[in-house]
Amino acid sequence: MDAFTTLTAVAAPLPLANVDTDKIIPARFLKTIKRTGLGVHLFDTLRYDETGAERPDFVLNKEPYRHAQILIAHENFGCGSSREHAPWALLDFGIRCVIAPDFADIFHNNCFKNGILPIRLPRAICDQLIDDAKLGGNARITVDLQRQVVVRPNGEEIAFEIDEFRRHSLLEGLDDIGQTLQHAPAIDAYEARQKAQRAWMPTIT
Amino acid sequence: MAGTSPRTLFDKVWDSHVVEKLPDGTCVLYIDRHLTHEVTSPQAFEGLRLAGRKVRRPDLTIAVVDHNIPTSDRSAGISEPESRLQVETLEKNVAEFGVPYFPVNDRRQGIVHIIGPEQGISLPGMTIVCGDSHTSTHGAMGALAFGIGTSEVEHVLATQTLLQKPAKNMLVRVDGTLPPGCTGKDIVLAIIGRIGTAGGTGHVIEYAGEAIRALDMAGRMTVCNMSIEAGARAGMIAPDEVTFEYVRGKPYAPKGEALDRAIAYWRTLPSDAGAHYDRVVEIDATSIVPMVTWGTNPEAVAPITGTVPDPASEPDEAKRAQMQRMLEYMALTPGQKLADVPIDVVFIGSCTNGRIEDIRAAARVAQGRKVAPGVRALVVPGSGIVKQQAEAEGLDRILLDAGFEWREAGCSMCLGMNPDKLTPGQRCASTSNRNFEGRQGPGGRTHLLSPAMAAAAAVTGHLADVRELS
Ligand code: SF4
Repeated sequence: MDAFTTLTAVAAPLPLANVDTDKIIPARFLKTIKRTGLGVHLFDTLRYDETGAERPDFVLNKEPYRHAQILIAHENFGCGSSREHAPWALLDFGIRCVIAPDFADIFHNNCFKNGILPIRLPRAICDQLIDDAKLGGNARITVDLQRQVVVRPNGEEIAFEIDEFRRHSLLEGLDDIGQTLQHAPAIDAYEARQKAQRAWMPTIT
Repeated sequence: MAGTSPRTLFDKVWDSHVVEKLPDGTCVLYIDRHLTHEVTSPQAFEGLRLAGRKVRRPDLTIAVVDHNIPTSDRSAGISEPESRLQVETLEKNVAEFGVPYFPVNDRRQGIVHIIGPEQGISLPGMTIVCGDSHTSTHGAMGALAFGIGTSEVEHVLATQTLLQKPAKNMLVRVDGTLPPGCTGKDIVLAIIGRIGTAGGTGHVIEYAGEAIRALDMAGRMTVCNMSIEAGARAGMIAPDEVTFEYVRGKPYAPKGEALDRAIAYWRTLPSDAGAHYDRVVEIDATSIVPMVTWGTNPEAVAPITGTVPDPASEPDEAKRAQMQRMLEYMALTPGQKLADVPIDVVFIGSCTNGRIEDIRAAARVAQGRKVAPGVRALVVPGSGIVKQQAEAEGLDRILLDAGFEWREAGCSMCLGMNPDKLTPGQRCASTSNRNFEGRQGPGGRTHLLSPAMAAAAAVTGHLADVRELS
């Protein structure tokens, strides 16, 4: 996983609530056995018409948003399925940060596992950032994870909250499994305790 | 934590699975059961392979194929190359890593959330995960069960744990007696209509109250299944005599004296009197009417006796725009009576409503009636065991005689990943759990409802109040 420290980039405004994972990546594209290559299908039904041609009015089909690395949306972003294909598709397109008033839990979790930073900010601030993003290519937004601030194009800084464990993992680009395996003795001890206390617990063989 | 203060069901299951608590409050949480399927696991196994890691506890893991497989005759295999590759990849992975597996020709094969409880793999008090959001289904057993992404699938395979922070507690109490014609599906749709698709975000919902206690295990699973549609991390129902009776005799459940000891432990799990909930919602079951969705998320729901709402009456501008878009997509007009909406397809199945009780409910409505001309109606059992049971009861005959299709077990038309799909513009009365745009196939229109209501739609050709058919 790539570390995330600071990012200064074009932000794409997507002022929609309840953007579900079927919208981010429809189920028919989940037949892959890889993590990469899903970017072309990101927001497939919003992005392309029935013939497969780009819909010119969809934000990611317009300059400079084709190169957006930040996405700003409304409430309950990423609701629906647990498919990690949703953050994979965002990442493959180039998105490293999503800003919204709130996120669905599993999607929120999945972002961190892939080096995408999801930032919760109040709706009014998201709307301000959406207005900033609409200014186009010269209006870059900076996300500084070290200092936990989003910097608007006018230089105003907006602080955001993030779980310390996740912040650290993102800043260092740490792999969760590697970190957990350092607790292997505690896991062994737990299993031994469970075996003694809940001997009735069956295994699957 | 694990002291004298009163605890909820969630607190108890959580506390008993904490391996270690890290300084910032993140916990290494032990996982008792890990269910996996072909769609969300390939990249996880690949990750293990690249890192030279093993599956820590294959004996706590089970794999099955469900999302991709056709539900017609499977003797010729899967013709769609990408679906076939996913299934073959799973088969290669379970062989290489020694994971127990129900292949497509095994009669125990079925939707991952149907087979867990059915086989006694999912039991009260457990932590259960799967790379699938509807893992919340298993919470009906009194377990903490939630969906995870593929990176977390890999994490569980490698460590049998997850890094998690505890969720908040939410209580949804449904009191009173559910009126005739209403089911667990109507309860959960009414709940989501009330609290919204993000109403449970950050919480684990415990369902309680007289109407929940009165549900059989199938109804409880339907309710917990759709917890994720309310944004909740999981749904749970305290185990009781109904649960213990259900578990008894299941293939992987404890037997004899081991079961007695298990039940003694399970009896300690229900929430203590005075336990704290961060949020409480009360629903009066007596006021529930058979429900049907009219929009493109499950919160856009109304009683079948109602009409399509008018966006003009919505004060919030963003919500009004969203409603308008929903009505355009669904091709519905404000004020239109829901019971008049004609349908093209009926889908009875999925992890929400693919159990034997659901098929019995559909067959009761179908008996002696015919599917309306021009309507395609599919009944897809949730597992091979459900299919076998239904056939033993003669339900397949009743449904076939009425003009329904009787298919093999799988996710089928719940999501557009296998050959069972809606075509653009088709309108479907569906017992599944998601009515998102394109969920059942690009351009397809979905109305969520109960199995009895779906069967009523099939035989009348339009959305219909099942209570008027008796
Ligand atoms: S039946 Fe539908 S919701 Fe359930 S696991 Fe299959 S695809 Fe997911």
